[in-house]
Amino acid sequence: MEGLTLSDAEQKYYSDLFSYCDIESTKKVAANGRVLELFRAAQLPNDVVLQITELCGAKRLGYFGRSQFYIALKLVAVAQSGFPLRVESINTVKDLPLPRFVASKNEQESRHAASYSSDSENQGSYSGVIPPPPGRGQVKKGSVSHDTVQPRAAADQQEPASPVVSPQQSPPASPHTWRKHTRHPSGGNSERPLTGPGPFWSPFGEAQSGSSAGDAVWSGHSPPPPQENWVSFADTPPTSTLLTMHPASVQDQTTVRTVASATTANEIRRQSSSYDDPWKITDEQRQYYVNQFKTIQPDLNGFIPGSAAKEFFTKSKLPILELSHIWELSDFDKDGALTLDEFCAAFHLVVARKNGYDLPEKLPESLMPKLIDLEDSADVGDQPGEVGYSGSPAEAPPSKSPSMPSLNQTWPELNQSSEDTAIVHPVPIRMTPSKIHMQEMELKRTGSDHTNPTSPLLVKTSDLSEENKINSSVKFASGNTVDGYSSSDSFTSDPEQIGNSVTHQRSHSGTSPDSAAPPPPPPRPQPSHSRSSSLDMNRTFAVTTGQQQVGVVAHPPAVPPRPQPAQAAGPVVHRPVDADGLITHTSTSPQQIPEQPNFADFSQFEVFAASNVNEEQDDEAEKHPEVLPVEKASDPANSLRVAKTDSKIEEKTAASAPANVSKGTTPLAPPPKPVRRRLKSEDELRPEVDEHTQKTGVLAAVLASQPSIPRSVGKDKKAIQASIRRNKETNTVLARLNSELQQQLKDVLEERISLEVQLEQLRPFSHL
Amino acid sequence: MVHTSLDVVDEKISAMGKALVDQRELYLGLLYPTEDYKVYGYVTNSKVKFVMVVDSSNTALRDNEIRSMFRKLHSSYTDVMCNPFYNPGDRIQSRAFDSMVASLMPQVC
Repeated sequence: MEGLTLSDAEQKYYSDLFSYCDIESTKKVAANGRVLELFRAAQLPNDVVLQITELCGAKRLGYFGRSQFYIALKLVAVAQSGFPLRVESINTVKDLPLPRFVASKNEQESRHAASYSSDSENQGSYSGVIPPPPGRGQVKKGSVSHDTVQPRAAADQQEPASPVVSPQQSPPASPHTWRKHTRHPSGGNSERPLTGPGPFWSPFGEAQSGSSAGDAVWSGHSPPPPQENWVSFADTPPTSTLLTMHPASVQDQTTVRTVASATTANEIRRQSSSYDDPWKITDEQRQYYVNQFKTIQPDLNGFIPGSAAKEFFTKSKLPILELSHIWELSDFDKDGALTLDEFCAAFHLVVARKNGYDLPEKLPESLMPKLIDLEDSADVGDQPGEVGYSGSPAEAPPSKSPSMPSLNQTWPELNQSSEDTAIVHPVPIRMTPSKIHMQEMELKRTGSDHTNPTSPLLVKTSDLSEENKINSSVKFASGNTVDGYSSSDSFTSDPEQIGNSVTHQRSHSGTSPDSAAPPPPPPRPQPSHSRSSSLDMNRTFAVTTGQQQVGVVAHPPAVPPRPQPAQAAGPVVHRPVDADGLITHTSTSPQQIPEQPNFADFSQFEVFAASNVNEEQDDEAEKHPEVLPVEKASDPANSLRVAKTDSKIEEKTAASAPANVSKGTTPLAPPPKPVRRRLKSEDELRPEVDEHTQKTGVLAAVLASQPSIPRSVGKDKKAIQASIRRNKETNTVLARLNSELQQQLKDVLEERISLEVQLEQLRPFSHL
Repeated sequence: MVHTSLDVVDEKISAMGKALVDQRELYLGLLYPTEDYKVYGYVTNSKVKFVMVVDSSNTALRDNEIRSMFRKLHSSYTDVMCNPFYNPGDRIQSRAFDSMVASLMPQVC
């Protein structure tokens, strides 16, 4: 264009204005909307503004480049000075005062202007433009006028005015309806003083509407609508009169628009007028958005499918292309669905667009989803947008309020995640499942090899009579929980045992806390735990006998609880069965009985340890945990099922022994410990299967060791592991015992059957 | 150009017959006697084909570069698809998409 020479003051002023108009921070192009607002604020006749734009070349180029903008500003100054607009007047007119742009807003606007001036940045311009959108019709104008207060940074205010103007006209239908609502100054919009300028505005609005009616381009109008007094950029805080005028005009315009527009939804949106942040969603707006969201999706934490959103936003009568762009901006997580925040952001953008605000190329900060992947990005969608937008100079904090609800949405997610973690840690939580597992385990034991542990428990409980039963019942409850815990422990320890006998105890103890932490895995393996553990227990037991001696003293107290619970369960199952097989096993029971009492004695552990050693020496089976436990586990299970007296007695004796031990140790062990004890008792039970004596001794040792387990858990990991090993050993011993008892049971049953057959055979003869 | 692209498409169809999932289909070598350019093809799982024609004026782009460009293109395309307002088959008018494509241009050019 023509050469343009600017003084320093002019240069500075122009650059500021350009920055204000440069809402998209392109540094090259001033947004047409803002420019138009600016020109309107210049209080120039519309035709003059048109002429200016033509002269500066913006109309030709279609946009306001920096040079065009400067030329335009110069021409504005020329026009304001009363000089005829000529291309050459740009440079010829000397001593041209700076163009005056009067902000039409009221005090609020002036405040905004002040705030904006403080932030004389592109942001300021941005905010100036944007506030209106929330209020759509009314808000925009009000905000525009407000924003235009400041000449420099006022870019913010001014721009809102200009964009508002153009948008208002371009979507004749929607803005009108929106205007009405924007009257409600939700965001502190200075709409109040609009009444005064009302009359002024209405004609202006009408003129604008008329002129821009056919204009579909929101901000792209090269000839700025003749919004003369709409936006007045003033170097000094705008006069209240002007401000009042602007708001009034804005209101009028908005009302005009609202009348014309058919979209009611937009009206409500416009209610919120947040001047400070052009893209900030006011509370009113947000509430409206939320209500609209509910109409589509009752669940505020849910999604609005793309199709529903498409239908909804199509009602705004925006071009599909623009709606598509809005969608791209608002669907933050690109999932094809809108969360509440995303929906609010999209709604906000639609409102802004309907009010004439250009759609940004990227999502404004205040509309950006804040929450990020607490759960779904959906939640994140809207919140940041609303809050973040405050990045624009004026009001970051206020915008946060709307985002708070969305933030809260994510908080529950956080809580959930924290809850998950919380669940992981506390061991007690697993009590319930552990109980189930305990019961399962016991049932399984009764029906399988694992019955060995239970049988001893049963035996023990029966021998111990009511006390034991009570204790066992009590302990069973605790044991269930404990078992659950211990089962987890044992469960975890089992695999480890299998892996490495030496490390079993350690792993057992180590895993027990771990089992508490990761709830799911441990309980299940329990059923197999006994077997595997029994297998390993023998080995470990043999290996750890010496170690047990050390921990024996600590164990006894902890041991009893476990056996009792298991025993309690066992006895229930086995007692009826045991009644039958008492006879044959009585021989064995005595062996067990005397041994059982030893369980309760700490010294027994030493004895047990010694006996274990002896047992090891004597009983190869023990030394071969794999064989014995397997056999005996199976046998005891069968025997238990069959409910032979032998196994029963043995079990009882075995159970009594551990019961005694557990009983004694129960009071010492807190609920978690019983779990461990149970494991230990299981371990104890298994070893018992091998040999009653050995098993009882083992049980005693195991039981003795068990009490120490819970203690060690809380104290020393190694101690826990050692106790785990002991328990495992006990388990193997008990498993052996169980298997043996079951075998005896089978034998007894077979004998009985044979006898019965003989009896039947003899009867006929008897008749004879 | 048009014929070339059609040929490329045909070639891709044949490729689909053997390997339905062929994400990277670098079709190099389609050089016209006068116009030496390279055509790169990219097929998505949904049988959407991306054809990229590159002038050989610049140093031949590496295969990885082309693939990365196609990946970005595919990603942007899926984002565009997610838009419910977008009718499959319409010309893509997404600004974000265009900007992404524009960003790829300097690499190729």
